[in-house]
Amino acid sequence: MIKKLKPKERMKIPRAIMPEQDPQVRNRNFDEVPCGLTEEQALTEAMRCLDCPKQPCVAGCPVEVDIPGFINLILEKDFAGAARRIKATNSLPAICGRVCPQEEQCEQVCIVGKKHKPVAIGHLERFVADYERDNDLVQLPEIAPPTGLKVAIVGSGPSGLTVAGDLVKLGHDVTIFEALHKPGGVLVYGIPEFRLPKAIVQAECDVLAQMGVKFQNSTVIGKLDTVDELFEQGFDAVFIGTGAGLPNFMGIEGENLIGIYSANEYLTRSNLMGAFKGEETDTPIIHGNNVAVLGGGNTAMDSVRTGLRLGAENAYIVYRRSEVEMPARIEEIHHAKAEGIQFHLLTNPIRFIGDENGKVKAMELIKMELGEPDASGRRRPVPIEGSNYIMEVDLVVVAIGNSSNPLVQATTPGLDTNKWGNITVNEETMETSRKGVYAGGDIVTGGATVILAAGAGKVAARAMHKYLMEEIKK
Amino acid sequence: MPKVIENQPLSDMIWKMKVEVPRLVTKAKAGQFVIIRVNETGERVPMSIAGLDRDAGLLTVIYQVVGKTSALMTTIEAGGEISDCVGPLGLPTHVKKWGTACVVGGGIGIAPIYPISQAWKEVGNKVHAIIGSRNKDLLFYEEEHRAVADELHICTDDGSYGHHGFVSDVLKNLIDSGEKIDMVMAIGPVPMMRVVANLTKEYDVPTWVSLNPLMIDGTGMCGGCRVSVGGETKFACVEGPDFDGHKVDFDLLVSRLSAYRDQERTAMKKLLENPKCQLTKAVRAFKYPN
Ligand SMILES: Cc1cc2nc3c(=O)[nH]c(=O)nc-3n(C[C@H](O)[C@H](O)[C@H](O)COP(=O)(O)OP(=O)(O)OC[C@H]3O[C@@H](n4cnc5c(N)ncnc54)[C@H](O)[C@@H]3O)c2cc1C
Ligand SMILES: Cc1cc2nc3c(=O)[nH]c(=O)nc-3n(C[C@H](O)[C@H](O)[C@H](O)COP(=O)(O)OP(=O)(O)OC[C@H]3O[C@@H](n4cnc5c(N)ncnc54)[C@H](O)[C@@H]3O)c2cc1C
Ligand code: SF4
Ligand code: FES
Repeated sequence: MIKKLKPKERMKIPRAIMPEQDPQVRNRNFDEVPCGLTEEQALTEAMRCLDCPKQPCVAGCPVEVDIPGFINLILEKDFAGAARRIKATNSLPAICGRVCPQEEQCEQVCIVGKKHKPVAIGHLERFVADYERDNDLVQLPEIAPPTGLKVAIVGSGPSGLTVAGDLVKLGHDVTIFEALHKPGGVLVYGIPEFRLPKAIVQAECDVLAQMGVKFQNSTVIGKLDTVDELFEQGFDAVFIGTGAGLPNFMGIEGENLIGIYSANEYLTRSNLMGAFKGEETDTPIIHGNNVAVLGGGNTAMDSVRTGLRLGAENAYIVYRRSEVEMPARIEEIHHAKAEGIQFHLLTNPIRFIGDENGKVKAMELIKMELGEPDASGRRRPVPIEGSNYIMEVDLVVVAIGNSSNPLVQATTPGLDTNKWGNITVNEETMETSRKGVYAGGDIVTGGATVILAAGAGKVAARAMHKYLMEEIKK
Repeated sequence: MPKVIENQPLSDMIWKMKVEVPRLVTKAKAGQFVIIRVNETGERVPMSIAGLDRDAGLLTVIYQVVGKTSALMTTIEAGGEISDCVGPLGLPTHVKKWGTACVVGGGIGIAPIYPISQAWKEVGNKVHAIIGSRNKDLLFYEEEHRAVADELHICTDDGSYGHHGFVSDVLKNLIDSGEKIDMVMAIGPVPMMRVVANLTKEYDVPTWVSLNPLMIDGTGMCGGCRVSVGGETKFACVEGPDFDGHKVDFDLLVSRLSAYRDQERTAMKKLLENPKCQLTKAVRAFKYPN
């Protein structure tokens, strides 16, 4: 297979296009949209990599995955080996291969991308991780002899899962405390099935459980036990990975009408509670005919595409800036458009209008134009006076971001936070102001990405191990 | 999975369940609630704490059959399990020496005011308890309340037991009789809490009510439980469930509670028609009030 092709010849190979469900079919089902590369596609795609000595892609990856290394293993047809190579720095390749914004990270700086389309690193990552899992090739890593030290992890999102995996490998006794009844954080309650099948998240958790991680679901830290009580119960160190789970609302007239959800509520009903499966599960969800989602991030795209799949005739994105400012992944914006989502850009709601039963029936919108750049560097949208209009809607999903949930911070004396309520840490160690307490992921950064949360987990795990072995074990 | 130690009817539609959750029970306080999931496809339903046996590690909830999930709860036998019981959630009721306090429980609200009555009594309040139901058969916890309150007042809507009338009538008589009430806690159906709050507003008696909006996570993550208090939006699961009754927008609460009416009724109908479901004859005869 590895005919030594010259760089020029390699560059001539077109980038693999991952097969996808047809947009007009998938917009009515919840099955995964991209179907994964075939083995042949993956091998051909791997040949496009130039194996650059400078490895800009590695530097572009927040956790510095050995990208040319795993791509070379693909060329050797050692797919499981390639997956293992990724796992040395990123424990969740099947998940990251699906949801990472590669176009802003590794693929953005890929040398091939200078003249052609970059190597499809994300697709390859997904391919090897799926191959390994589907063919039962996942090997449990060797677990070090027990250290006799106990670690508590609060929250089972990507940051918590990563810390758990790394520390259990090193022989520590790890327990994850999760408020909800299923582990995974946003990966289970937020990101829909059609983008990240829940079986994949469950498989990752199952592997951790086999490695010895204990999962205590339905346990709200700060309510059932506080961080201090965890120490009293014999835990030697605590990691807080509670995410950014407090939904923001617009604060405008009529926002409490029936039919106006936060994205968290809408997605939780659909994903975690399984309302997308219809009558199979008991949690109801409102099925809108005219669904408007406010916002332009991944959460907004997930919500609007869920609305369409639940039967909406019209599904709108209403966003106050223009498309270039949208924080959602480009791939997701493309997917949404192909499925028939209608975009109302440079538009902002100013009030919601209800019917006699307190249900939303319309909203008043105003057109915006872009003014001077604001603190975020993006041009500030300003309303155009007199441009108001009414849009008929029967379901609105507010997806304008989340703040940090204060439950743990409020019950942990001496834990420092910034003015937004995020926990402050030493970024080299993820150590908080409290001894033995570490934090990472969205609770530290505010809403960010899966790979940044997982990366923070890696850093924290390393520092926690050092702390445990040097200061507790002695 | 939490073990159910006891589950039995107090009347046709009102049931008492005891669940073994030792850790939760040591932490829970009067006024807080738990969220229960009966089975893997089940909804998450909030239930107030109606009793805590710390020695045995048992939590008591008293629930009324109003739809599919509460009906399913009746099918769990002692010794069986529920998928989840998470808590304690929400803020505890304020416990302080007010002087003379009055707890008012209507219908299913008779249960959660019992631990509040206990807590207020323990810190030295004189406690009046007013409990009321539609008729004698629906009344429960009389002995429990009698053992705690300084004075117990009982009423039924149809006069079949105790005073003939509503809990608010009894409260009004009590205040009019010259008893100076310093604090009221009212729990029950929304119309009852509204009437009590309107009454005590006239008399300028501070009044807490415990709100029961629809909830999912119970941790502040979804905002589904939002209520309006004094013109401000609050998440009842983390900022409540107790709020100043004089400031609550009850209309909004009633409206939001009706959000899934059709879907709920369809689900209940299917359940009642399913011969495989182990419902008692009485529960199977469930009818919606209107
Ligand atoms: C709809 C949506 C789509 C997204 N799409 C993408 C994407 O495509 N790509 C991408 O990279 N990122 C995406 N993100 C962002 C990404 O999911 C998050 O940045 C990431 O999940 C953060 O991980 P975390 O470990 O900090 O915590 P989270 O995933 O937020 O998990 C935190 C967990 O902690 C639990 N918890 C909270 N408080 C307590 C407590 N007191 N006790 C016990 N448990 C507690 C919560 O229940 C939750 O399970 C998306 C986010 C959302 C909401
Ligand atoms: C903090 C809190 C404490 C509660 N404590 C108790 C309790 O101690 N005992 C008890 O019997 N019930 C209590 N409830 C109400 C209980 O949660 C609901 O009755 C239950 O969720 C109904 O589920 P279902 O599937 O049986 O009925 P559904 O079919 O879902 O609903 C049937 C009817 O009940 C109403 N309903 C649904 N959910 C609620 C709700 N959360 N609150 C009020 N009405 C609702 C609906 O509006 C509908 O009219 C409490 C609710 C909250 C928020
Ligand atoms: S930058 Fe692109 S071509 Fe170069 S090693 Fe990385 S993936 Fe391969
Ligand atoms: S129930 Fe979700 S925020 Fe209160």
